[in-house]
Amino acid sequence: MKIPFSYTFRSLWTRRLTTAMTISGVALVVFVFAAVLMLAYGVEKTMVETGSEDNVICLRKASQGELASQVDRDAINNIKTYPEIKLSKSGNPLASSELFTIINLTKIETNDMGNVAIRGVEPAAFKLRPHVKITEGKMFELGINEVIVGTNIHKRFSGCNIGNELAFGGEQWKIVGVFEANGTGFESEVWGDVNRFMTAFDRANVFSTLTFALNNIDDFSTVKKRVEEDPRFNYVELKRERVYYREQSEMMAGFIRILGTTITIIFSFGAMIGAMITMYSAVANRTIEVGTLRALGFRRKNILSAFLFESLTIALLGAGIGIALASFLQFFSLSTINWGTFSEFAFGFELSIDIIISSIIFAVVMGIVGGFFPAFRAARLNIVNALRAS
Amino acid sequence: MKIFKLILKNFKRHKLRLSLTIVGIAIAVMAFSLLRTVITAWNAGVDIASPNRVVTSHAVSFIMPLPISYRDKIAKIPGIESITYANWFQGVYKDKNQFFPRMAIDAETFFQVYYEYKVDTSLYLEAMKKQRNGCIIGKKIAKEYNLKIGDKMIVDGDIYPGRWEFEVVGYYSGKGDPKVDETWMVFNWSYLDEQLRQSQSGRGGYVGWYVFKVKDPNTIAEISEAIDKEFFNSDAKTKTQTEQAFNQSFVSMSGAILSAIEFVSFVIIGILFLVLANTMIMSARERIREYAVLKTLGFTTSHLVMLITGEAIIISFVGGIFGIAVTFPIVDVLAEAFARIFPIFIVANSTLVIAVSFIIVAGIISSLVPLYRSIKTSIVDGLRHIG
Repeated sequence: MKIPFSYTFRSLWTRRLTTAMTISGVALVVFVFAAVLMLAYGVEKTMVETGSEDNVICLRKASQGELASQVDRDAINNIKTYPEIKLSKSGNPLASSELFTIINLTKIETNDMGNVAIRGVEPAAFKLRPHVKITEGKMFELGINEVIVGTNIHKRFSGCNIGNELAFGGEQWKIVGVFEANGTGFESEVWGDVNRFMTAFDRANVFSTLTFALNNIDDFSTVKKRVEEDPRFNYVELKRERVYYREQSEMMAGFIRILGTTITIIFSFGAMIGAMITMYSAVANRTIEVGTLRALGFRRKNILSAFLFESLTIALLGAGIGIALASFLQFFSLSTINWGTFSEFAFGFELSIDIIISSIIFAVVMGIVGGFFPAFRAARLNIVNALRAS
Repeated sequence: MKIFKLILKNFKRHKLRLSLTIVGIAIAVMAFSLLRTVITAWNAGVDIASPNRVVTSHAVSFIMPLPISYRDKIAKIPGIESITYANWFQGVYKDKNQFFPRMAIDAETFFQVYYEYKVDTSLYLEAMKKQRNGCIIGKKIAKEYNLKIGDKMIVDGDIYPGRWEFEVVGYYSGKGDPKVDETWMVFNWSYLDEQLRQSQSGRGGYVGWYVFKVKDPNTIAEISEAIDKEFFNSDAKTKTQTEQAFNQSFVSMSGAILSAIEFVSFVIIGILFLVLANTMIMSARERIREYAVLKTLGFTTSHLVMLITGEAIIISFVGGIFGIAVTFPIVDVLAEAFARIFPIFIVANSTLVIAVSFIIVAGIISSLVPLYRSIKTSIVDGLRHIG
């Protein structure tokens, strides 16, 4: 014979202030737990999805990121002739030799100087990265000082509207367009014609990277091996673009995760203790009730499950509120320095089904751990003594 | 003192709940103190900066190099006592996780400008000047990797590609000065430069940044302006700022993460408050009848305030002190673990002050609801009340 659910809800309602407090405690913990996971996932998503599955990036060996990478024109021209590289309709290889560097711009929010990544690209870059789309203005023209800015740069830095001019590399550059890139890292960059940039920055024959697409990504190992075995190019290495960006995100996301998880674990102890206090007191206050229930013929296991159910209800309500609060974080975005390129990049909190499920499991565990001993104690009460209690 | 006696008697009624509450508060206070300590450790570089040291770096970013030719031009500016320069070398020693600063420096002048960094004997410094690939390491690093004089350090270059072999010729330490980070490895810039000129001719002749000591800190603004003006029209513009501001720029890079930690540390205080308030509300609910009896006996409102608020403050205080007490050993353990990320990891006094004030405030606020209830309930209703 089971104790009806209505008994649980009524009990919670009777002590509504205490119940509300415990629920808020759980909600706070779940909120922080979910927020941390969302942050780490946001960094990952922004960075990892910057790279495409089919692209290959060529960098200088052991360079931590594109900024420190250097690839000579000879190597680039040679690699571009590989037959495995995809060709465009006009028969040119889908490859973009790029120059990556950083400049200083003023942040609108704080008026501080921030570092912004600028990338000189070849026209093929837009075929290699189809998610890059001009949303305002027009494409930059080759051979003249025109640039387009990513939407995050447009929003976060002053003087980054269409028609403004940026000063870098000792020249003036007119902003002619704003582009989006599906929320990926490119939205925190400024793009222009690589050949103009090379002259302005006086780079002679040294590019930063080469990115190209393969007809068949399975050829990657063949191509990689060919480059490695060529003594002229033993200073460069090939990586799949997605892998490169995942490595870039690893450091940041990993740090957030470790720190966040530690904090949350400490937190959860606090919440469990809160739940325990509530449940123990509920048992202590309701000794007579428990005695009555037992006298009416309810069994020990019914009592145990009724009390456990009570703390689970608190945990689930807390989880619901916590996740709901955390979901509002999706409207916020943060900007931080990418330690691989030393430039600012903006990312947001990203919620996923996995995070929701983890948060719920986390709350349920808290509820069970916090509620088990008190429930066990209630179930163990001796009927006669319980009825005698004052 | 009657009230105090009553408070103590009340503590004995629910020993389990009382101890859970104290443990809950202790955990919250500990978590709060730990997070604040992480924030202080992050900012430590700013706090330990010397007031008369100034850094000149590339205007765009400190990772961009400046020509070595700037050195003499900067040194000419009046008011500068001694000038040195350094390159961030990094590289991989053993594996990627063995992170500690590795820098190319000018042995001649580096320890003049970083005057609090003491090389253990002048012999070491002489050896450093003579031996091209010699390096001097901090005491902490020497201990951690068990490196002795004459040992080789093999570093796999990343910013400066290649396999680099250094030989330990000496140690430096702070001689007990807590502001000295004893985890650096420094080697001759000239060695780096000659290697670069051979392998990547374009990269020779550059330094990462210049650091100089001024005679009078009041002249810093003037000197900085003069330097930046000097190079304003050159390819590599400079940005000159105090060491403190330079270190601050590193901190603000992670600003978003720091603000998040700060925010979370205050959420913890919220949880502390919830745990305590919960306990107080429960006790008050159970004792409505007693309060009515006390009122009948002639106890006044102020007695009730002392009774209830006193109890809350004592509970939170005991929990708080307990939490602060366990923070110290935990921080010591973490200081070992984080030695490379946070060379200086200690509980700041400000952390303790904030924690203690929150403890008291939490005690007062959490007793408000039970107070209100006990005062509002009339004697008759109180005697009728069933908990």
